[in-house]
Amino acid sequence: MKKYTLGFVLSIILTLAAYFAVVDKFLSGFNLTLLIVALALVQLCVQLYFFLHLDAEEGPRWNLSALLATAGMILILVAGSIIIMNNLKYRHNVPDTKTILENEAITK
Amino acid sequence: MHPEHNSGKYIFGFWVYLMTDLIMFAALFAAFAALRISTFGGPTMKEIFDLPQIMIETLILLMSSFTCGLAMLAVFRGKKKLSFLWFGVTFILGLAFLILELSEFRHLINDGQSWTRSAFLSSYFALVGTHGLHIAVGLLWILVGLYQIKTRGLTPFISSKLVRFSLFWHFLDIVWIFIFTFVYLMGVAT
Repeated sequence: MKKYTLGFVLSIILTLAAYFAVVDKFLSGFNLTLLIVALALVQLCVQLYFFLHLDAEEGPRWNLSALLATAGMILILVAGSIIIMNNLKYRHNVPDTKTILENEAITK
Repeated sequence: MHPEHNSGKYIFGFWVYLMTDLIMFAALFAAFAALRISTFGGPTMKEIFDLPQIMIETLILLMSSFTCGLAMLAVFRGKKKLSFLWFGVTFILGLAFLILELSEFRHLINDGQSWTRSAFLSSYFALVGTHGLHIAVGLLWILVGLYQIKTRGLTPFISSKLVRFSLFWHFLDIVWIFIFTFVYLMGVAT
């Protein structure tokens, strides 16, 4: 009961912090993005600990292992897609090959 | 089996399902990240996201995750009526979330901003809609759970099913935190 209540209160605080950081514009641009992503990651840890009781697992920790393996796959999937798609967009938007050559510092 | 443990071979299979579900959500997140600025002359994120309503949805879902936890505590202590009550509250909160989300979707579609409008809206509806579909399935699951608590009581078999439901529900809450951050907050912030 105590654990759930604490997890709930922490989640509410983290959610409200992220919301008001955006609405009241405490920061801007990259710093704001960094702040709300950090708050989301903290909240992920809070919920895994307080709601999903990841710490209560005994013996070989299969649940935790599966979660970490999944986190790796998600990282590759999401980061890889974003990098590839941005690169593709960049190459499609450039008006001519000369600009690409200049940007990439390629000399003939 | 003691139902209080979220580990063990009784849970691991379901846990692996949740992990694969996460990978599916990750693919939808990746698609959204790649397409979020491809508005094709249609509305941008800033124009269509109603942040206060999204905040209310988030708080409702967070609260339902909490009441689901309280329901599980009642299950572990063998308190049938109390668990029934908290699962009922969880159901009502989940339903409120779903109704708010659907009203948001209906509002967008009535304004001619459905998934056919732009690549951004397609990826938005796919991601948020998939989460909403999971919530709808979860609501159905609560109804079945409530019926089984009523007719069969908190036997170890039923309790073990309820443990899996609670994992599912908490997971949906975590996925929503990421939708809230990466779709709504970042959509308005940048």
